[in-house]
Amino acid sequence: MKVLVPVKRAVDYNVKIRVKSDESGIELNNVKMSMNPFDEIAIEEATKLKEAGTVTEIVAVTIGPAKAQETLRTAMAIGADRGIIVETDTPTDIGGVEPLAVAKTLKAIVEKESPDFVIMGKQSIDDDSNQTGQMLSALLGWSQGTFASEVQIAEGKATVTREIDGGLETIEIKLPAVITTDLRLNEPRYVKLPDIMKAKKKQLDVMTPDELGIDFTPRLSVVKVVEPPARQGGGKVADVDELIDKLKNEAKVI
Amino acid sequence: MTILVIAEHNHSAVKPVTLNVVAAARKIDSDVHLLVVGTDCGGAADAAAKIHGVTKVLKCDSPEYQKRLAENMAPLIESLAGEYSHILAPATTFGKNVMPRVAAKLDTQQISDITAIHDADTFERPVYAGNAIATVKSSDDKKIITVRGTAFDPVAAEGGSASVEDVAAAGDSGLSSFVKQELSESDRPELTAAEIVVSGGRGVGSGENFDLIEKLADKLGAAVGASRAAVDAGYVPNDYQVGQTGKVVAPQLYIAVGISGAIQHLAGMKDSKIIVAINKDEEAPIFGVADYGLVGDLFDIVPELTEKL
Repeated sequence: MKVLVPVKRAVDYNVKIRVKSDESGIELNNVKMSMNPFDEIAIEEATKLKEAGTVTEIVAVTIGPAKAQETLRTAMAIGADRGIIVETDTPTDIGGVEPLAVAKTLKAIVEKESPDFVIMGKQSIDDDSNQTGQMLSALLGWSQGTFASEVQIAEGKATVTREIDGGLETIEIKLPAVITTDLRLNEPRYVKLPDIMKAKKKQLDVMTPDELGIDFTPRLSVVKVVEPPARQGGGKVADVDELIDKLKNEAKVI
Repeated sequence: MTILVIAEHNHSAVKPVTLNVVAAARKIDSDVHLLVVGTDCGGAADAAAKIHGVTKVLKCDSPEYQKRLAENMAPLIESLAGEYSHILAPATTFGKNVMPRVAAKLDTQQISDITAIHDADTFERPVYAGNAIATVKSSDDKKIITVRGTAFDPVAAEGGSASVEDVAAAGDSGLSSFVKQELSESDRPELTAAEIVVSGGRGVGSGENFDLIEKLADKLGAAVGASRAAVDAGYVPNDYQVGQTGKVVAPQLYIAVGISGAIQHLAGMKDSKIIVAINKDEEAPIFGVADYGLVGDLFDIVPELTEKL
């Protein structure tokens, strides 16, 4: 089986982000960027399925600036066989390439590549939309298994355990399908140096949105981006009695 | 303008978050219809009709909606979309699963997880794990929106008298089927709707030790939550997780026990009215957001607190 794994270059999850002083967005100059952690889980899962013999080819795809080729190389170091970048200078966090446009781009790639399924992160940690996988599935008329914590692929179908508000739900979906990953699906491996070297030699194709006939004009305009109201914390109490007294008589919450 | 709200329910009753979404809808326009989709869902539809501010209930009662699979839900909502200017659903795993399918089919860019409404086109939503708030203006004709329930005070569950109208089912897609559910069973209040939440972190040390957290919660009539570290360590199930990728809560009182306060956890609870932190590490970031911090050993403090309350 062939699997397509979309990956995104996003701000590293350890970075403490700053809002731009003109309130137009987030400062990304000289900020560490990495593969979106949910996408790393997706490429790990695809790689495990290949190691188990279920999957024969893994194609990673990204949308972003030329630097996002690094993200594809990381995907190839983990286990992707080749990569495709749809290059654009339009921002990919907020006020730029939106989930609907990403889903349309991925649909065009799916139509070229004909994978048996797509596995991707449930959301990216920059705009936190949690839409792209579901949108891609709908545009293709496929089934979906979102927020997956366990995936089993068999002939013509997948069994997906999903993290839902009340606990866990298991569904069976027909292939082709889109699966989106949650945190507990797996723990991505550490990439080893020889794999990074090998990844440099793998095939990487560059495409443009125009070639695919996709319009990246955003539907949502960003009016402003601000920091959330700061919380006045730092208060301390000496012991349990003082805590109970404060909760009862000062905060009046118990 | 007429707004359509997708109700979250368990077929016999409406879930509390629906009341928050109706409240959000009423900030856009007072004409709010509520869609109840399920199997033998007359109970939920009757409850929906009583909700304050709902002008009409649309009921779609058919076997294929028992588990509300996204592939079946989306075409139904799409078929009803025509007359509505806005379609709102809660930003729960249910809403998040279904709504982007609807948006894509209507060629609309969904607005996820809104926390404030400026006007019919302009909304606030948290980005970057709540470390920034973006105000966005939609140019789409129809708005598809998921709503963060805790950001809007709920409307009253009683007082309305809407009519209930049956709508035709859209059929089974045949693409997916339900296998099983493993739901956490608890008599405690629902995490996202509770007035008080007591959460434990890695500092609690084990699943058995979570008894301490549960006893304190039961004394207070509170819900039990956990940090991602505690869930990843297997102390409690995934649905306990409070944080950026778990549940977002905003209770009157949030008690964080043995939680250091990683950014992704703070994103899920920093809008709580009062925050109490109990941690032995006085440098823990959680104290930076806490109204009342108590530095010390949770294994001494929590039992004492439970006893004295």
